[in-house]
Amino acid sequence: MAMQEEARKGIIAICAAHKGEPSPLMPILEEIQKKYGYIPLEVQELVSKETNVPVSEIYGVVTFYNFFSLTPKGKYVIGVCLGTACYVKNSQAIIDKFETLLGIEPGQTTADGLFTIEAIRCMGACALAPAVSVNGKVYPQMTVDGVSKVIDEYKAKEVNA
Amino acid sequence: MDKISSANALQQDIDSCSKAFDDKIKGVGGKRAVMICGGTGCLANDSDAILKEFEKQIKEKGLEQKVSINHVGCFGFCSQGPFVKIFPEDTLYHKVKVSDVSHIVDDDLISGKVCEDLLYVDPVTHEKVVRQDDINFYKKQKRISLYGCSLINPDFLEESLGYDGFKALKKVLTEMKPQQVIDEVLASGIRGRGGAGFPTGKKWQFAANQVADQKYIVCNGDEGDPGAFMDRSILEGNPFEVIEGMMIAGYAFGASQGYFYVRAEYPVAVERLLRAMEDMRKVGLLGEHILGTDFSFDVHLREGAGAFVCGEETALLNSIEGKRGMPRPRPPFPAIKGLWGKPTCVNNVETLAQIPYIIRVGAAEYAKVGTQGSKGTKVFALGGKINNVGLVEVPMGTTLRTLIFDIGGGIPNGKKFKAIQTGGPSGGCLTEEDLDTPIDYDTLIARGSMMGSGGAIVMDEDNCMVDVAHFYMDFICSESCGKCSPCRIGTKRLLEMLTKVTNGNGTEQTLQDMKALATVIKGGSLCALGQTAANPILSTMTKFPEEYHAHVVDKKCPAHVCKKLMQYWIDPSLCKKCSKCARNCPVSCIAGVPGKEPYVINQTKCIKCGTCMAGCPFHAISKR
Repeated sequence: MAMQEEARKGIIAICAAHKGEPSPLMPILEEIQKKYGYIPLEVQELVSKETNVPVSEIYGVVTFYNFFSLTPKGKYVIGVCLGTACYVKNSQAIIDKFETLLGIEPGQTTADGLFTIEAIRCMGACALAPAVSVNGKVYPQMTVDGVSKVIDEYKAKEVNA
Repeated sequence: MDKISSANALQQDIDSCSKAFDDKIKGVGGKRAVMICGGTGCLANDSDAILKEFEKQIKEKGLEQKVSINHVGCFGFCSQGPFVKIFPEDTLYHKVKVSDVSHIVDDDLISGKVCEDLLYVDPVTHEKVVRQDDINFYKKQKRISLYGCSLINPDFLEESLGYDGFKALKKVLTEMKPQQVIDEVLASGIRGRGGAGFPTGKKWQFAANQVADQKYIVCNGDEGDPGAFMDRSILEGNPFEVIEGMMIAGYAFGASQGYFYVRAEYPVAVERLLRAMEDMRKVGLLGEHILGTDFSFDVHLREGAGAFVCGEETALLNSIEGKRGMPRPRPPFPAIKGLWGKPTCVNNVETLAQIPYIIRVGAAEYAKVGTQGSKGTKVFALGGKINNVGLVEVPMGTTLRTLIFDIGGGIPNGKKFKAIQTGGPSGGCLTEEDLDTPIDYDTLIARGSMMGSGGAIVMDEDNCMVDVAHFYMDFICSESCGKCSPCRIGTKRLLEMLTKVTNGNGTEQTLQDMKALATVIKGGSLCALGQTAANPILSTMTKFPEEYHAHVVDKKCPAHVCKKLMQYWIDPSLCKKCSKCARNCPVSCIAGVPGKEPYVINQTKCIKCGTCMAGCPFHAISKR
């Protein structure tokens, strides 16, 4: 799959915006991840060309941090918090329920490209435990029964869109 | 705001902002102030919509001259949010919903009547409490790190200046030599709030002793300990305080550049920090020749990318340098050779937040609070099975009993307290017998745990300690950076052994092997992550040997958590034969005859999802 010209220009622009900063690799990759949702190898090669950082090093960084992804994520990223405060309040049962209902495991994306499940290591919303977030929106005090409602909410959005 | 180019100009701004802030709180001119919590917990419960609704109604009802609407940082009592506070009366409303706004506007703001139904009710005395300070949760607290949080609007420099902000910066730049600042911080006795508790003044002194063309101060906001959220709330509630602390550090040991390293999971904190930095640059509080002195300083922000190990200072420095976040061998310590090879101090958010206070009140006054070896206050993030979940700032030396039962309000649903885990995945658990120990850095270590960043997760009788150890091991195993073999491979093997135990396949030998391996990992790892990786296991094995014993010998999980070692069971004498459980069961493993024969679970087919128990109207189903 060839990169679209527009994306190519966008990535070059991101690299250019950080020129002159000391060691700008992390902010560059973070911006690309936020804007395009993933950082495949051909993007890493382009970043390497623009920044003169070897692609092996970039690959090492991309695969080290949880925030970066080599494959596209779903339109809705469901983050289930498995931090300690949520875990002792049974968040494992909640992520299990998401897995059963969507038929995928954490880190995977549904075939229709709509949902990705992620196990989050604490989002710092411990008072809301167990907490779930969908594209950054936090659902406090989640229950096992509430899981299907969350999924339906976003499925309904798609039907109405 | 105009440029602040001298100490006098800053003083004038402080004076005018203080007066404005004071007038706001005291309601001078009959104008009342509504404060709405904008912390992460309350935002998730629609506090933003509440704020907009207030603004709308104030406008519609023509109250703009009589009421100001402010969003503020975290109140700390997150389980009772969203909070709305009204000055000058100091009335606190809790669990406010968007639909309550017209009630507050009409009855309180217009008619001057307190909305009784929105007041906090003390769970013990059942009395309604009007003022925040009268709530038990707040009575034993002292706010230094959380200074100004829930009072000032973190989006405005004027608010910070109006509430003691930058007085300490002015004092050091105009009245103190750098060495005097270090001496003051040394004398205060403050130790690093990030976990290890190294004396902050000493760290600064090491860096000050180095001769270099460039030095750096780095603020560690990579709050990775699951269950801790004080750094997040401080950065969200009063970002200026932390920047000021950083500048004082920079002045003290000669750094002209500062870096914030904040988790990407904290978007609100990042946004508020960036805005604060921008506002400070505009008026010249950051940049060249601050207040017309020779001190120049600027701050940058880098976002973390989701790696727990980056909370370790040398891994963090590698991450800023655009590398994999793997720790470096120490020595050389960062104070000698840190960011880009230059002398660098890495201080935690909470540490830097306390610095302006120390300078303002003086080391002697600060040192009056706390214990012999641990001075000042510490913020704890109380979470888990506790009534009052939230952020609690208490003097060092407060007992666990005060923390859990007086401030935390005890354990919900009449359950029994079992343990409290402090120090996160690096720490350990404390039990009933530790409740009266005054908590500080040294006592916690003596009791087999550690302070860590201040996460404090309470567990009750329904939590299985082997399962909790498994949880932490799973965490550490996936967060090990892979540099040292004992940590990379050892944590994996430990996790496998623990899984054996929770599945009922472990033996006494497994437990002995676990202990032996834990010792190897401890001794053979480069950084604190590996050195402390086995702590949760060792600590639960020491404190709860009978639970491990039950798992490996009796093949039982006493708390009925480990699925392979527990069963759902229908009590035939309680079963009303309604068939609800059988209809709800996702794998159709419950059989019986409606109205005639009690229902029975086929244990070989049961997947232990718990749906039957949750749905039984007669509480006939239990775990055993």
